[in-house]
Amino acid sequence: MDSKDNIIINGSEFSFRPGETILQVAERNGIDIPTLCYLKGSMPTGACRICMVEVKGARNLLPSCATPVVRNMVVETESERVIKSRRINIELLIASGHHNCLTCEANGDCRLQELAYRYQVETIRFPESPAIYPTETSNALIIRDFSRCILCGRCVQACNEVQVNNAISYGYRGSASKIVAVGDLPLDESDCVFCGECVQACPVGALIERPSRYKGRPWEVKKVQTTCPYCGVGCQIDLHVKDNEVIRVTGTEDATPNLASTCIKGRFGYDFINHSERLTSPLIKKNGKFKEVPWDEALSFVADRLGDIKSKHGPDSIGVFCSAKITNEENYLAQKFARAAIGTNNVDHCARLCHASTVAGLAAAFGSGAMTNPIGDIEKSELILVTGSNMTEAHPVISSYIKRAVEFGNAKLIVIDPRRIPLTKFAILWLRQNLGTDVAWANGMMHVIIKEDLYDKGYVEDRTEGFEELKKTVAKYSPEYVSKITGIPADDLIKAARMYANVHPASIFFAMGITQHRTGTDNVKSMANLSMLCGNVGIPGGGVNPLRGQNNVQGACDLGALPNVFTGYQPVNDPVLREKMATAWNVESLPESPGLTLTEMVNKAGSSIKALYIIGENPLVSDPDLNHAEKAFASLDFLVVQDIFLTDTAKIADVVLPSSSFAEKDGTFTNTERKVQRVRKAINSPGLAIGDWEIICGLSARMGYPMTYRNSKAIMEEITRVTPSYGGISYSRLEKKDIHWPCPTAKHPGTPRLHIDKFTRGMGLFHPIDYIAPAELPDKEYPLYLTTGRVLYHFHTGTMSMRSDGLNDIVPECFVEISSEDAQDYNVDDGDLLRVSSRRGEITAKAKISDQAIKGTIFIPFHFAKAAANKLTNAALDPIAKIPEYKVCAVRIEKLWVHGEDR
Amino acid sequence: MKKITLKMWKKIDGIIQRYKEKSGALIPVLEECQDVCGYLPMEVQERISRGLNIPGSTIYGVVTFYSFFTMVPKGRHTIKVCLGTACYVRGGKANLESIQDEFGVETGGTTGDLRFSLDSVRCIGACGMAPAMVVDDDTYAQVSKQNIMKTLNGYK
Repeated sequence: MDSKDNIIINGSEFSFRPGETILQVAERNGIDIPTLCYLKGSMPTGACRICMVEVKGARNLLPSCATPVVRNMVVETESERVIKSRRINIELLIASGHHNCLTCEANGDCRLQELAYRYQVETIRFPESPAIYPTETSNALIIRDFSRCILCGRCVQACNEVQVNNAISYGYRGSASKIVAVGDLPLDESDCVFCGECVQACPVGALIERPSRYKGRPWEVKKVQTTCPYCGVGCQIDLHVKDNEVIRVTGTEDATPNLASTCIKGRFGYDFINHSERLTSPLIKKNGKFKEVPWDEALSFVADRLGDIKSKHGPDSIGVFCSAKITNEENYLAQKFARAAIGTNNVDHCARLCHASTVAGLAAAFGSGAMTNPIGDIEKSELILVTGSNMTEAHPVISSYIKRAVEFGNAKLIVIDPRRIPLTKFAILWLRQNLGTDVAWANGMMHVIIKEDLYDKGYVEDRTEGFEELKKTVAKYSPEYVSKITGIPADDLIKAARMYANVHPASIFFAMGITQHRTGTDNVKSMANLSMLCGNVGIPGGGVNPLRGQNNVQGACDLGALPNVFTGYQPVNDPVLREKMATAWNVESLPESPGLTLTEMVNKAGSSIKALYIIGENPLVSDPDLNHAEKAFASLDFLVVQDIFLTDTAKIADVVLPSSSFAEKDGTFTNTERKVQRVRKAINSPGLAIGDWEIICGLSARMGYPMTYRNSKAIMEEITRVTPSYGGISYSRLEKKDIHWPCPTAKHPGTPRLHIDKFTRGMGLFHPIDYIAPAELPDKEYPLYLTTGRVLYHFHTGTMSMRSDGLNDIVPECFVEISSEDAQDYNVDDGDLLRVSSRRGEITAKAKISDQAIKGTIFIPFHFAKAAANKLTNAALDPIAKIPEYKVCAVRIEKLWVHGEDR
Repeated sequence: MKKITLKMWKKIDGIIQRYKEKSGALIPVLEECQDVCGYLPMEVQERISRGLNIPGSTIYGVVTFYSFFTMVPKGRHTIKVCLGTACYVRGGKANLESIQDEFGVETGGTTGDLRFSLDSVRCIGACGMAPAMVVDDDTYAQVSKQNIMKTLNGYK
């Protein structure tokens, strides 16, 4: 290399890339320049003046974080002049506030303390500045101690440039400077969403996690990296463990996909792990009351009862619900238990209720029913279409990728959603469709794209089939016609269509707003149609990307927790595959016809289904039309629930088996982007609780089909032998790199992007689809639309998140989100108690007037058992995927009492 | 507190509309809105935040950074008492205190009847007139305890 392209740091020569800063070159070459304000991935601010270095020829010292390298630069990072400058800066920073290390949570993990030690700053020649702002302790999660704040601004960057929540900023001036939220309000009254990114970024003790305070010093804890147990993003987190207790959670630095980010649930929602209500002993119900029994008695009892029912009514009278919360290894064993030990394909799990339509729709169109592109591809997208996904609340860390792409990259965002979700603030275009009209707007966009000749002809010709039929079907979906169905102005639809067709690559992200309809499979196929039409499938930055809702819902599907397939989507009705599995599992034969789906099993409970074995699911809050589901469960002969808490479903069970939480076991989860990730044991289970896989093995042995494994690794070894798409996965490889399935062999690098040169099914298949209205529309009796979904602060049925005081503090109870127009029409004020009723049931909850709601449509989160939105929802099923229509039903509201009055 | 009238809201919305698509609009919008209302209370900041799609925390940061912006309503008349060196040694501080006492208002504050806002300034470049005082656009020389109230009584 030409020596002119090099620079000299501390006497050694180094090469550099154009645009690199001195700090980056130094870091890359192992030269440690100390920093305080520098936050990787953000724009350098040069605020703290700690990274100053001496550059030959420069009059002053220069901040290495903000100074780009030029040829032949000669840099000294620890010269006498540099050290003198650093010392005085450290002194000034220490004098700027009350930095008392004795009880500071950051002690031992404090950049300022480290620097004072490194540069031997023993005495401070300046007087300590008095604190001008009191410490903020008004919320349950984050303490802000302004007397320790050094105004480095890392928290502001973490909030605005990494998470893009834009909740805090610099306020005031000079010595009165302070990091402020809007109006200088306390965080709990501001726009803050408590992701805690600022806390992790704070280099001192100014921002700390309140629940962790006084729980343990950094050097007393053991840090264990694992995968977050909440949504499907698969954030890598570090559990900080002291005395068998998880006392703090932080995002793992430099690990994908989250790069140390988390949401509030990941960081603060861990109270459930060491909660006093954890199940600690097997329970058998005797005379209506649970009695603690030893494992042997519980398992023998379950084995006997299931054996009885099997011999009396046949194996298909038993159903097994696997779980999107447990590991891949455990799901594998659960479906193996059902198929080989019991002899039924009645295996399913909650994916039925969230993305069954995705799996069915995308498999039909592409040949594979999962996210086509990795999360990191968002950075490569020029246009992002988000529909039916309230991402900032349900998949917050992925939403940050999108917000960053829009704010700091070139990407444009189109949001198509019936609610004014927070992402609309970042969108160039927001189309508001009527509930359940997604096929119509998609057809409308394709109508425009085809009519204006904007589609990718080469791609359509070379890689797809069925275009002519599609063209015929969308011909009648003119923007005007679509506008009548969807309520989307024709002009906006045309604008969106042109933008989607003209900007390349474009990606589509969707979630349950698309899937949870009786036309869910049609909706998903429509997304596939639109994407293929513009040549967006199989390219970096493009794709059709369903966001999975549970930590391991992808893995549960992959591992055969579905009634029609073995692991890796190998159909059970294929005799060759059945033979292969029977041999591997050492059984004579396996059941031939696909089993019942979860929704069908609930419907047939008490009639053809006599017993259910439910692992880590709480259908009595999550199923649609709950009043019906409750009756169905009550009519079962035998119900076993295996869980970590006594859930609403466990309460009505005959036997309850206590299992380990994610923090207590080894294994793997597969995240929404098909990446297999390690789960690592950090603590021991409480009481008698054991791993789900150990329970299943114990039970299976007692039913005459012994399954013996040393550990979860041994189970994974068996999985890889019978599952082509997981064939190359091993724990030792996962330690070193991320692997996205399909990964057929030990040498295969994995497949972050699907359908690159060829679709899994060969050609991509267009499906001509006509619009079908939702099963229930508002009428005189029930004049409002109801749609349901999640809030940021809780997860699913609350089994985990509602055990956290901090989360409950923010959203303690159910609410009815209503537009100000509807509120006026019904004479409703914020906080008034409403009765909401549908043809199937009623609940009561407080009104929350919000500009997220649009006139005519109310929204209720489904998390809360006490006001279960699913008492209202409609169990109308998608004919193919059997997914219920959670997202649309008709309701009416009445005001019961006024906020503030006695009941 | 001075109420934001319907007429003011309309003007504010007009300003926001005019700047909506422009980058770097925040400071001119704040400036014009302050002209309309006399100050920038939170409700106005929130309106601007929604209208321009700029985070409320950013707006608050800007408003509190520049001394030109104020979140306290301004009176009909603004008194600036010079505390530059020349004025200070010739009794500027005593003048300031006598205004504070007479009208019950702090420096940086506004009287309850919104008649006066009181500020102190560091040298207005009129040292020959020390101690000096500026009321609205009028500059007064050799202000003293004796003549100060008479001068201010002329501003209703």
